[in-house]
Amino acid sequence: MENNHEKLLVMQDIYKAFDGTAVLKGISLEVNCGEVVAIIGPSGSGKSTLLRCATMLETVDAGTIRYLDKTMVTIGADGKAKYSDKKQLKEIRLCFGLVFQNFNLFPHFSVMQNITEAPIRVLGQSKQDAEANARNLLAKMGLSEKEDAYPCQLSGGQQQRISIARALALNPKILFFDEPTSALDPELIGEILKVIRDLAAEKMTMVVVTHEMTFARDVADRVIFMDEGVIVEQGVAADIIKNPQSERTRAFLRRVE
Amino acid sequence: MSLETIYKLVTNMLSASAVTLEVFFLTLLFSLPLGLLVASLRMSKYKIIQLPIRFYLLIMRGTPLILQLIFIYFLPSQLGDKLSVTIPMLPRFGAAILAFTLNYAAYFAEIYRGGIQAVPTGQHEAAAVLGLSKVQTFFRVVLPQVIKNILPAMGNEFMTLVKDTALAQTIGVMEIFRLAKSSTSTNSSILPMFVAGLFYLIMNSVVSKGFSSLGKRLDYYK
Ligand SMILES: Nc1ncnc2c1ncn2[C@@H]1O[C@H](COP(=O)(O)OP(=O)(O)O)[C@@H](O)[C@H]1O
Ligand SMILES: [Mg+2]
Repeated sequence: MENNHEKLLVMQDIYKAFDGTAVLKGISLEVNCGEVVAIIGPSGSGKSTLLRCATMLETVDAGTIRYLDKTMVTIGADGKAKYSDKKQLKEIRLCFGLVFQNFNLFPHFSVMQNITEAPIRVLGQSKQDAEANARNLLAKMGLSEKEDAYPCQLSGGQQQRISIARALALNPKILFFDEPTSALDPELIGEILKVIRDLAAEKMTMVVVTHEMTFARDVADRVIFMDEGVIVEQGVAADIIKNPQSERTRAFLRRVE
Repeated sequence: MSLETIYKLVTNMLSASAVTLEVFFLTLLFSLPLGLLVASLRMSKYKIIQLPIRFYLLIMRGTPLILQLIFIYFLPSQLGDKLSVTIPMLPRFGAAILAFTLNYAAYFAEIYRGGIQAVPTGQHEAAAVLGLSKVQTFFRVVLPQVIKNILPAMGNEFMTLVKDTALAQTIGVMEIFRLAKSSTSTNSSILPMFVAGLFYLIMNSVVSKGFSSLGKRLDYYK
């Protein structure tokens, strides 16, 4: 018997269109606890849209999404997507975190406030607890001395590390990254990849959209190649990258190498 | 001018300047929140709400304030005549506050709207993913950034309002400009006008100073 609870995230037959243009055309994806999944694929293939559907920034047109035993959306009697009630969605929201390509830190908040805002207001943590936890996270990110700085005083790499700390402060079970290094100068990419590597070593469950093939090969347990709204192929990272089966994957890898 | 006339002029000027200040502060008191409401209705996704608001904005911003003042003051009695009923006239002061409020709320609404739309969608998305509610997102994340965005435009608008209060005299409100005008003709001296000018100037320097120090306080982030 399969143990369903090993599967942290299950997405089945996800469809999504914008103004009649299909962007996700029946995507199915499962992520196990502790697994690191890399999603690769050309720009416009629907990678961001997939993450945005998983994190409720977009609603799906059809399909099923489940986190552990909590259903976010499923197919209703009319064949259309039917979302769960507000209370359930609120609980599901606590399962995941999302790290954006361009950080989206709150510019008017200090680093400390950026990290503690949600734990205090959403989880109801005390200020002391939230700040103690934030200091631990900042130490982990190597940014202890920056707690009173404002985002505009930090480099892109530092801002992205703060945004990762902000997401981690809510103790998510799974963390999504949408091209976390694409807005960074090349010399700053390494520091972010190192943070993700460290999280992987701690068995954090992660789904990372990335163009860094070496990183995907070394850190991801599984690589998914998406093109034009479908998953073209997926498998063990090294296999997909070294030995792609589909011509579309081969063409894409040739371009990024 | 005799000492007595000067004394009388000074006390009159003081009470008239109090009226000017009242027009200024009451207009802000009502139009700042009303503008926020208008802005949120203007941004509604429902055409049926959006369209009347756009019409209101067009009228308020597309016609002279002086005309709106006269219209609001005389409309009730004109309407009463036409319908052969007595509709009581608004008191002059009340009519002035109403006209100023409706007019300034329109300008403030457009400033708020620009300021709200200038906050990147990424800010809303980050807040949503962190689980902040719509209300928390607006007051904790969006509004502080809006205030910073709109500060320069608001400063201009406040200074314009200081000067626009003089228009209240068209419907007979005894504010500082009307007083200066009448005492200029009774005393054949331009001195009252000069004092009135000085009054506006001082009031606007205070407003301008207030905005620049507020701006400095919000300068800690880009
Ligand atoms: N909010 C939206 N409205 C309309 N079209 C969108 C929207 N978001 C994404 N798209 C379109 O969906 C397609 C996939 O976009 P995206 O998911 O961002 O791809 P990727 O992240 O793989 O580059 C693109 O063609 C894009 O233009
Ligand atoms: Mg993308």
